[in-house]
Amino acid sequence: MTAGIADHWYPVAMCSGISSPRDTRLLGQEITIGREGEQFWVRDVHGKTLPAIARYGHLWTSPGQPNRDLFSIPEAEAPGRRLVDCGAVRVKCSPLRAVENFLDIAHFPFVHTDILGAEPYTEVSRYEVQIREEVDEVWATKVKFFQPQAARSAAGGITTEYMYRVAAPTSAVLYKTCPPRPGEWDIITLFVQPLTEELCDVWPWMALYDDTSPLAELVSFQQMIFMQDRSILESQIPRKLPLDPGMEAPTQADLTSVAYRRWLKRIGFTYGAQVVAA
Amino acid sequence: MILYDYVLSASCYKVRLMAALLDIPITLKAVNFHPEKQHKSPEMLRLNAAGTLPVLVDGDVILVQSADMLRHLVTPKNAGWLGDNPAQTEKWLDFASRLNASLGMARLHDVLMFDADIDQVRCDGVAQLRQLEEWLTEQRFDGMTFLTGAAPTIADIACFPNAALAEDGGVSLDPYPSIRLWMRAIRSLPGFIEMPGIHRLHELSPAPARPE
Ligand SMILES: [Fe+2]
Repeated sequence: MTAGIADHWYPVAMCSGISSPRDTRLLGQEITIGREGEQFWVRDVHGKTLPAIARYGHLWTSPGQPNRDLFSIPEAEAPGRRLVDCGAVRVKCSPLRAVENFLDIAHFPFVHTDILGAEPYTEVSRYEVQIREEVDEVWATKVKFFQPQAARSAAGGITTEYMYRVAAPTSAVLYKTCPPRPGEWDIITLFVQPLTEELCDVWPWMALYDDTSPLAELVSFQQMIFMQDRSILESQIPRKLPLDPGMEAPTQADLTSVAYRRWLKRIGFTYGAQVVAA
Repeated sequence: MILYDYVLSASCYKVRLMAALLDIPITLKAVNFHPEKQHKSPEMLRLNAAGTLPVLVDGDVILVQSADMLRHLVTPKNAGWLGDNPAQTEKWLDFASRLNASLGMARLHDVLMFDADIDQVRCDGVAQLRQLEEWLTEQRFDGMTFLTGAAPTIADIACFPNAALAEDGGVSLDPYPSIRLWMRAIRSLPGFIEMPGIHRLHELSPAPARPE
């Protein structure tokens, strides 16, 4: 495995779900995770201790030597937010496909019909996409979309504004208009644990301003949305995400996906990717 | 009526779907089945010692078997939903619980990482789908669209979710044209509601392009 892949941070468990040691997989390798009091640990198959960080409800590790700290989501640490663990859903798809689907808004009316999108409001208006060199992240901003029920706390249809951020190769953060608190962003993340190049555990997580919805309903809403994506993810062809342009024709709606692929290629992240030899 | 519900549960969906088809309002109480295992919490165990979902509470009546819930929802006005031949209906309700143990378990294994003998449950599921396909094909030859006749019954609603969600558990539905037609007939019933993995019928596909 190249450094371009090993040296990143990956989610491997939900902190609240770790009691006794257990095995899982990361990038095709067996690892063991556990906790000693408040301290979490991760070991590789040889018993070597891997770096471990508990943050945003999840345990993060890296099989290599990360040259920077795990990305931060300062907004998520603001007081008054509810932090919602959603558990994992396993998907037979490339981890990169899971992230790419999360970044795509054009599928809302067709896959999340009458919830995150509806006909005839299928148009995706202009938005801005950048690869931010200084932080080495992909950002899409000023994404606006009409939604019948944008969140558990939304009473009716609203035009929602979104920002998408790819903070690590298999972790993305979505900032969206917060119905009960205009001016603030709700945060929904997709932390993807690559088990193999074609199998992943997807850990959605949320930091919301919502004091009224029962926790079980917040979790249900998120799981419902993600399960609507799952069957599509499992049937995508080619199985791995093509990083070279020309394989799939981009449209306005796909600009974030194009930037994501370009960025993966630039940083040499090819795990779960289909790279055509030059 | 209160349904203790989990949005991804095929058995809970049976009850939500039946109530929707009969236009009976029910109050849904979301239970954090995954990842919290809230169905095993003391409050839920007080309601249902078996710790399973769904649980339906209607006044003093507490039901913990989805087949009982389907029967409970049918009123004399809608008695056709029980079918003309109670033995036939019972047979398919029993079949539905076997589908839940095979295809339902394969799905829990593949999606939510439940422990299961995955090869065995998939194999059982395929055998049951073949049986279902054969029966539905015979029914169609006799001009019947549904499991026990020309009209849908609680047996169809009981069998539908786990069959329709087979692919979530790694079992393909491609070899079963009669099952697919039957599912299409259920999805076109007035009042039909969807769940994640089971879509409503909608004609979103654009008209085929003319050859240049
Ligand atoms: Fe989606």
